[in-house]
Amino acid sequence: MSTLASPLAPTAPAPNMQAFDITLDGVAVQALPGETLWQVAKRAGERIPHLCFKDAPGYRADGNCRACMVEIEGERTLAASCIRPAMPGMVVRSASSERVRSAREGVMELLLADQPARAESPDRSSHFWEMVDLMALDIDAPDAAHKQLPQRRAAPTLPDTSHTAMHVNLDACIECNLCVRACREVQVNDVIGLAHRGAGSKIVFDFDDPMGDSTCVACGECVQACPTGALMPARIVDEHGHGDSACADRKVDSVCPYCGVGCQLTYHVKNDKIVFVEGRNGPSNENRLCVKGRFGFDYPNHAARLTVPLIRREGVPKGIDPDFDPAKPLTHFRVASWDEALDLAAAGLRRLRDAHGPNALAGFGSAKCSNEEAWLFQKLVRTGFHSNHVDHCTRLCHASSVAALIECIGSGAVTASFMQAQQADVVILTGCNPTVNHPVAATYFKQAAKRGTKLIVLDPRGITMGAHAHRMVRFTPGSDVSLFNAMLNVIVTEHLYDEDYIAAHTEGFEALKAHVLAMTPEAMSPACGVAPDEIRDIARLYANAERAMIFWGMGISQHTHGTDNARCLISLALATGHIGRPGTGLHPLRGQNNVQGASDAGLIPMVFPDYQPVGDVQIRAAFEELWNTPPDTPLSDKPGLTVVEIVHAIHAGTIRGMYIQGENPAMSDPDLDHARGALARLEHLVVQDLFVTETAQFADVILPASAWAEKDGTVTNTNRQVQMGRAAVPLPGDARPDWWIIQEVARRLGLDWHYTHPREVFAEMKRGMHSLDHISWERLEAEESVTYPCPADDAPGMDVVFGDRFPTASGRARFRPTVPLPPDEPIDDAWPTVLITGRQLEHWHTGSMTRRASVLDALEPAAVATLAPGELDRLGLAPGAPLSIETRRGKITLTARTDPLMPEGMVFVPFCYVEAAANILTNPALDPYGKIPEFKYAACRLAAGDH
Amino acid sequence: MADFTTAPDTPVRRKPRATQRGRQLEPAALADIEALLDGRPRARDSLIEHLHAIQDAWGHLALRHLRALAHWMNLPMATVYETATFYAHFDIVGDGEIPPPAVSIRVCDSLPCELAGARALHAALMADVDPADIRVVRAPCMGRCDSAPVVEVGHRHLGHATPAAVHTLLQGELHPKEVAWQRLDAYRAEGGYDLLQGVRSGKVSIEKLSSVLQDAGLRGLGGAGFPTFKKWAFVRAEPAPRYMVINADEGEPGTFKDRHYLEQAPHRFLEGALVSAHAVDAAALYIYLRDEYPGLHAVLREAIAEAEAAGLAAPGYIVLRRGAGAYICGEESALIESLEGKPGKPRHRPPFVAQKGLFDRPTLVNNVETVYWIPLLWQRGADWFASQGRHGRKGLRSFSVSGRVKTPGVHLAPAGITLQELVDEYCGGMADGHRLLAYLPGGASGGILPATKADIPLDFDTLQPEGCFIGSAAVVVISDHDDLRAVAKNLMAFFADESCGQCTPCRVGTEKMLGLLARDEWDTDQLQRLAQVMQDASICGLGQAAPNPVTSLLRFFPAELAKQGISLRPAAANTESAS
Repeated sequence: MSTLASPLAPTAPAPNMQAFDITLDGVAVQALPGETLWQVAKRAGERIPHLCFKDAPGYRADGNCRACMVEIEGERTLAASCIRPAMPGMVVRSASSERVRSAREGVMELLLADQPARAESPDRSSHFWEMVDLMALDIDAPDAAHKQLPQRRAAPTLPDTSHTAMHVNLDACIECNLCVRACREVQVNDVIGLAHRGAGSKIVFDFDDPMGDSTCVACGECVQACPTGALMPARIVDEHGHGDSACADRKVDSVCPYCGVGCQLTYHVKNDKIVFVEGRNGPSNENRLCVKGRFGFDYPNHAARLTVPLIRREGVPKGIDPDFDPAKPLTHFRVASWDEALDLAAAGLRRLRDAHGPNALAGFGSAKCSNEEAWLFQKLVRTGFHSNHVDHCTRLCHASSVAALIECIGSGAVTASFMQAQQADVVILTGCNPTVNHPVAATYFKQAAKRGTKLIVLDPRGITMGAHAHRMVRFTPGSDVSLFNAMLNVIVTEHLYDEDYIAAHTEGFEALKAHVLAMTPEAMSPACGVAPDEIRDIARLYANAERAMIFWGMGISQHTHGTDNARCLISLALATGHIGRPGTGLHPLRGQNNVQGASDAGLIPMVFPDYQPVGDVQIRAAFEELWNTPPDTPLSDKPGLTVVEIVHAIHAGTIRGMYIQGENPAMSDPDLDHARGALARLEHLVVQDLFVTETAQFADVILPASAWAEKDGTVTNTNRQVQMGRAAVPLPGDARPDWWIIQEVARRLGLDWHYTHPREVFAEMKRGMHSLDHISWERLEAEESVTYPCPADDAPGMDVVFGDRFPTASGRARFRPTVPLPPDEPIDDAWPTVLITGRQLEHWHTGSMTRRASVLDALEPAAVATLAPGELDRLGLAPGAPLSIETRRGKITLTARTDPLMPEGMVFVPFCYVEAAANILTNPALDPYGKIPEFKYAACRLAAGDH
Repeated sequence: MADFTTAPDTPVRRKPRATQRGRQLEPAALADIEALLDGRPRARDSLIEHLHAIQDAWGHLALRHLRALAHWMNLPMATVYETATFYAHFDIVGDGEIPPPAVSIRVCDSLPCELAGARALHAALMADVDPADIRVVRAPCMGRCDSAPVVEVGHRHLGHATPAAVHTLLQGELHPKEVAWQRLDAYRAEGGYDLLQGVRSGKVSIEKLSSVLQDAGLRGLGGAGFPTFKKWAFVRAEPAPRYMVINADEGEPGTFKDRHYLEQAPHRFLEGALVSAHAVDAAALYIYLRDEYPGLHAVLREAIAEAEAAGLAAPGYIVLRRGAGAYICGEESALIESLEGKPGKPRHRPPFVAQKGLFDRPTLVNNVETVYWIPLLWQRGADWFASQGRHGRKGLRSFSVSGRVKTPGVHLAPAGITLQELVDEYCGGMADGHRLLAYLPGGASGGILPATKADIPLDFDTLQPEGCFIGSAAVVVISDHDDLRAVAKNLMAFFADESCGQCTPCRVGTEKMLGLLARDEWDTDQLQRLAQVMQDASICGLGQAAPNPVTSLLRFFPAELAKQGISLRPAAANTESAS
């Protein structure tokens, strides 16, 4: 089915239909087809009171509160304006009708009768009280009508404070159902219901469980939707249950600092601190947020926040000291002035560069910082270190995807936004767990599924998205290439491919065709563990769809055959022509808030910004001109080393000094003992971060940097949307913006930099990056978000690309055949269990931010490993018991958590917990093309742990 | 007030969860559900049927079973819980709660039963039984008002109930009493299903049949009175697939005519339903039968099986569904929600169910009695039906009469008959020692008329000037022995219990109105104002009609209220006296 029009939106007028007139309070006003009377009145300048109707995207009008009644000529009863479509010729009375006024006030009186007094309300500034004010109800009069009514409750009921982040006080609830729609239809988390009936109607979580014990994922959409404060952020409710959503001194619009979805949000700031966060109507989130974006905002105020530069005390060895407390770093470091710290940081780098040449230094930039900071960092390495040894965490997440995409279609970014899933008939989600890692993108997938889009989830693990899936196919870990080639075989042998598309837009199909012929479903089934008919079914579903998309995550990319995995997915899309049209395309879900932007800005060793190869002499010349490089230090023409290669190079003695900004390789790299050993070997390490991270514990100099909410800058999300972030709160102590620190280091390396604001950096970037054509700082300030590529200064960017040609030399995309390869470290009798690593909903990346966010830390306080109940039974362990996991590289002990969706023979460990660091276990074997480690497969063994 | 800029102390929970969030699935509970529901459909619309299966099997709904059911049906817990808690016939037993005893005695507390002493009966039974073995609960109208007071013990109904009779019953059979119904052969012997064969073979055109219905003046006999032929035309004009739904959720207090016809002639009803389904080319025919009629469920199941065996209906074409104890499901869109497995909350119009009904497809919804008449009208002709009636009205009406008359029951009488004529000619007059004080012309919703209005014709459209309506023609006769405030409170308590809770005027209005009726001083302005809000602003007929008993009392009975010690403030003006 086609799902262009959203049935959830009451607004969407049918296209190409004529506007018409209705009469509103005696005046002719224009209505658009599909508009409700409420909307017509709003455009005509009247705000009809409303409680259960939320005038926001995704919220269906429900017409239950009856505060918005109007009189329609010829109708016996009044009608709810929020849900009644305007029809030509309707004669409607609103402000002019006494009957209407009486009904609206009567409804308010009924609700007021049982409402806590405003001063004792959980939200004295709620929408409900705003409506009381709008209607000019004199609720304080002794003879106010609502006071004459019998009251339901003699005394207040106890609020539900079981959830760390949210406060539930149903005394203020008016049963308007907005939280149910928020939970069920907008976020599709399906936790809240309206149970019982009549006056006994009650908002419930699951089976009327305390919110904190329910399946609630704390997206907070209900809190944002609640018109009374019955659901409130716990932070802005006092110990008496009284609260105020208007307590902030100011509001600042910015972007979420966490994943690649790029949700726009508003910080509510009081006394220079963020008190709560609301979602904003950005193109990728439409006011939605997840638990991290909404409640994970207080990490910058954590006691361990760095506010002064630090220098390692003499004689203190580098390494992870279990007794070290990041909140009390002066045991190992001493306070320094900025000048001393910067001088020492730069001098060490300069000394190594001058003594050992450019290959002695490397830098890790950060995908958590702004585009401008990424640009400056890579510019520093290329023009200050004189090498291309600059990389960042993209290496650990989607390097293989990018390698395959650039090879096959000439561009590493997504071909279509994730919102396009709502226009697709079939969506394949593979190797991704969006409800956990991209929760707001997941809401689009779940909504699409509700409207009839068939989701096909391909994953070794069961994931919660499976509940919304048309097909949930579990395959053997590491057998991706076998499964995908079998699907290609079906498409080829059953002639399901799109001949016209292939002829017009691709090359190499004949070779692919011949290549996959032997890889029949029957031949591949034993390897991938999926029945041949099931493979046929999903191949047909995808190929026969009018519009289909493929989304993938790190379950695809983090393998030694990660690039092959992505090549297969690209071949599927090319063979079926599912690319370049609305509702079609390829979308690797990017992990960090700015991993797309940091890659675009050149934090990649092989390429300059915009993926321009360092080996290309013309491109080098252009950047040398842009950066005004002295003739004696030209830009290096040699691709630099990647993250894991740099670690090896340190062990090999080549790399001797590093500048690490906002990255945490001592947690994020595979085979941590090896990586940490490398960091300890460095002769000089400068770390720039918010906290003394595990990596910073190896540093010679630590520079206190800026949190996202403390600075201005742009970020680019997974959808190629460049968005504006703004400083909301001041920097604490002597902490500085990252761009300023990078510039100060650069100056001390002899670079003549004079940026005074990120906007100047952005202007420079535009001169080196065509992707930013028609996207200016000023435009971003005005529009908040512009998608690249963008065809004109006054046109929106392109949500879907490559409809006409691909950015390759021939304009055609290439098929690249692949051969199934086993995992680097297959399981065997001694190491019988597959270990995979990843993230949790609450914790992000290495946990440096989220474990210091009070709400997130309270929700997920300690290290866990998830495994199937049967697996635990076999070990004779109860849920919650200590479990030890051992690989050839090390051993950790942590709490066992059961998950019925996990297959047996597998264990999943999030890599954010320093006390049980998953990457002590992981295999550093690399994909030959993307140089990405195999985080998604290591052979391990499990045993009872001894805590 | 706090300044909110520092993080509150969070509960210290340094130990991580040992399981996934929320209630855990118990493998044993899942095994129970799998065994019980093996082979049954898992689609959402089966939810209520499955809840019945669990309730029937274990006598209650344990949360562990609901958790397992949610898993088995791939439904969110909240979705299952919303539906399970909406319906009165499901007993949800929370963690650590004691399941209800095996036997329940439900005492009908509808107005006819209350007039007949249900309160005292309830109290006597409560005092008499051991709550560990038997529970005594109140229940809304059981559709047996001609034998008030009524109780249901297990699934067996007992009319003219006394504590002694209940005790005797408890020693015996608690399954529904056998119903002697007209079997298929007998029905066919008198020409049954000829019309169905006729429309199917094309011998009888739908246009022809439709014009017979039009000429006869057949209207929706569930209470709305919408001309049946027009409804057919509306639904026929909508695109396929279309559905046919029979509203057998007869719940208006005082109404029992549908039960009467279904018990007598289920095949005539089925023929009418199948003819109607054919008329709109329905993809399936759903029958939504109220759960208060368990005996009829067996009758219909057997009758449908007979029809299927005889090739009159394709197996599976007729889907018989059980209600679960919710008056609001008699409202057609709430009924459709219920058929879809959801709480029975009425939908907004537009769109009308004829356009967007069951599974969002065009749907013809008809009352049992409406379709029951179709084969008869065809046999006997439109003129036969239209020629009956009194005082200028046309046709016949099935009056369910209860209360203070000698012979209550379903009385088929001419449309337009007056209350006085109905009581005198069909009900053997008033009960001994009782003088007519008032009557309800249309169940709980239709308002209350004084004895002075016993001479107005009873039919659709005739009672509007009095602020009343005939609805399902459930006439409850009230005498000078009865307490009018108690009548109003009984009716308002019923509406408050049965309000779906969706809209404010009904959810809160019924509750507040009930509270106001309990006061000794009635503020008539306040009552009128609240009544107006409910009438004007409620989503469906329940809330719109709920204040009718009150507005009727204020209008017609100020003197009676005064006699009962209720002071009206300010003194009601423009009222008509009851005496």
